[in-house]
Amino acid sequence: MDLSLLPDGGMRWLDAAGPKSTIVLSTRIRLARNVRGIPFSQRAKDEDRTAVFDRVSEAAASSDHLGAAVTFRLDQMERPDRQILHERHLVSKELAGLERESRPRAGAALLVQDQVGVMVNEEDHLRLHGMWSGFDLEDAYAAVEAVDAELGRLVPFAFHPEFGYLTSCPTNAGTGLRASVLIHLPGLVLTKEINKVLQGLAQVGLTFRGLYGEGSEVVGNFFQLSNQTTLGKTEDELIDHLGKIVRQVVEYEEQARDVLLRTAPEEVEDKTWRAYGLLKHARRLSFEEAMNLLSGVRLGVGLGLLPGPGVYTLNKLLIYTQPAHLAAMDGAGRSPGDRELPTVRAAFVRRLLEAEPS
Amino acid sequence: MLCDNCKERDAIINLTQVEHDSKVTLHLCEQCAQQKGVETGGAVLKTPLGGFLTALGKGGALVPTPSDGLRCPACGSTLRDFRDSGRLGCDQCYASFDVHLRDLLRRLHGSSQHVGERYQIPGERGDAGDPRSRLLELKAQLRRAVEGENFELAAELRDRIRVLE
Repeated sequence: MDLSLLPDGGMRWLDAAGPKSTIVLSTRIRLARNVRGIPFSQRAKDEDRTAVFDRVSEAAASSDHLGAAVTFRLDQMERPDRQILHERHLVSKELAGLERESRPRAGAALLVQDQVGVMVNEEDHLRLHGMWSGFDLEDAYAAVEAVDAELGRLVPFAFHPEFGYLTSCPTNAGTGLRASVLIHLPGLVLTKEINKVLQGLAQVGLTFRGLYGEGSEVVGNFFQLSNQTTLGKTEDELIDHLGKIVRQVVEYEEQARDVLLRTAPEEVEDKTWRAYGLLKHARRLSFEEAMNLLSGVRLGVGLGLLPGPGVYTLNKLLIYTQPAHLAAMDGAGRSPGDRELPTVRAAFVRRLLEAEPS
Repeated sequence: MLCDNCKERDAIINLTQVEHDSKVTLHLCEQCAQQKGVETGGAVLKTPLGGFLTALGKGGALVPTPSDGLRCPACGSTLRDFRDSGRLGCDQCYASFDVHLRDLLRRLHGSSQHVGERYQIPGERGDAGDPRSRLLELKAQLRRAVEGENFELAAELRDRIRVLE
């Protein structure tokens, strides 16, 4: 597999060009769809999955939005490469077969073109998705919706007049829409307001997860906020609602940062410079430590306490300090589980920060 | 550890009570905890989808019900399979288990009526552009909304119907 086939590595959102991108890293939209008449994943046989892949790739090839897509057959890829796609948020852990003792299913694939893609043979036959820089629900949805409309004319989707788009798990039925933002909330964490905000989310029908979505832990004060329900509201209503709440959370975060600056300016300045110093000079870094330090630096940059590095560099560090990326870049034949990875990570972080001094 | 109350069965619940600023922790078995009025999850939802709701953290326990054996003729999945895995077998399962699913969808989403984008299956006679069939569809939705006591949606549907009429 050649990942260089992907312009921007499939991660244009890293460029931090979108609105509010110091606080909101990215906006993601996904739509769950199934091919009419073919058993869902739970019940599908290998030949069903292969049939799904054939139909989707045939339709994609004759479409505008995915006509030039790069196809990754996860079922034919080595584990480290599959992990790289997962670390880029392009495929789920499930599709990449990275859960313990699991392998990718037959026909498991990813098609990507620009900022949109389709996971094939995930929990649903198709998971259309798009990732945009910053806080940009409208553009991300418009792009994914366009792919959906085009593919839906070429492949018959499972749809029911009452229940809407039919999905393997009823939690996704109806619109099949999950809209989410990856948001950095150190201010709310430091002022201990975060739990109130997270509890509030549940009351307004939203949910939060860690960096990698479902089942993942929160590291480095990065949270993924998304809609919980998918049925009984229109796509626009779901997106507007999430947008409204995220705007509020961003406001709370900005207020919390103001409070920090007013009440403990020296402590905050010290914290961010220490984080920067450690990243710049440490000789071994675990992924978790790197995430937490990056969080401190990102806060400092957002508050204007640190002159640099730029948000683009910080975003790149978020992705490229993950195990499979480090192992691949190091080129010494290391595996993502290598014991020396913390050393490789620290060296990589130093190199990137030196290339862009603060 | 044995139950602090009956000293016979294994304690499975730690009950912490605060009285007059002092904290007392009791280690109780399920029966004794229930006698003390603690919700243990033993006496929970006996709906066919209880297991699935448990998995979603909405309370409920695995209690076999008569509908368990209900089978989707298209893929052969039973309601029990769904209850255990949380995943349906095929698109026809939605029709095969519609009564149970409608109930579940309402609990999960607050509604079972899709109001988002209407999908036109390719190759099938398009009726999305025909206002008469659109009107019939909206009226059917309105009926279901009223049945489901979803009055907010019903009001919205009524307005849309007025516009079309």
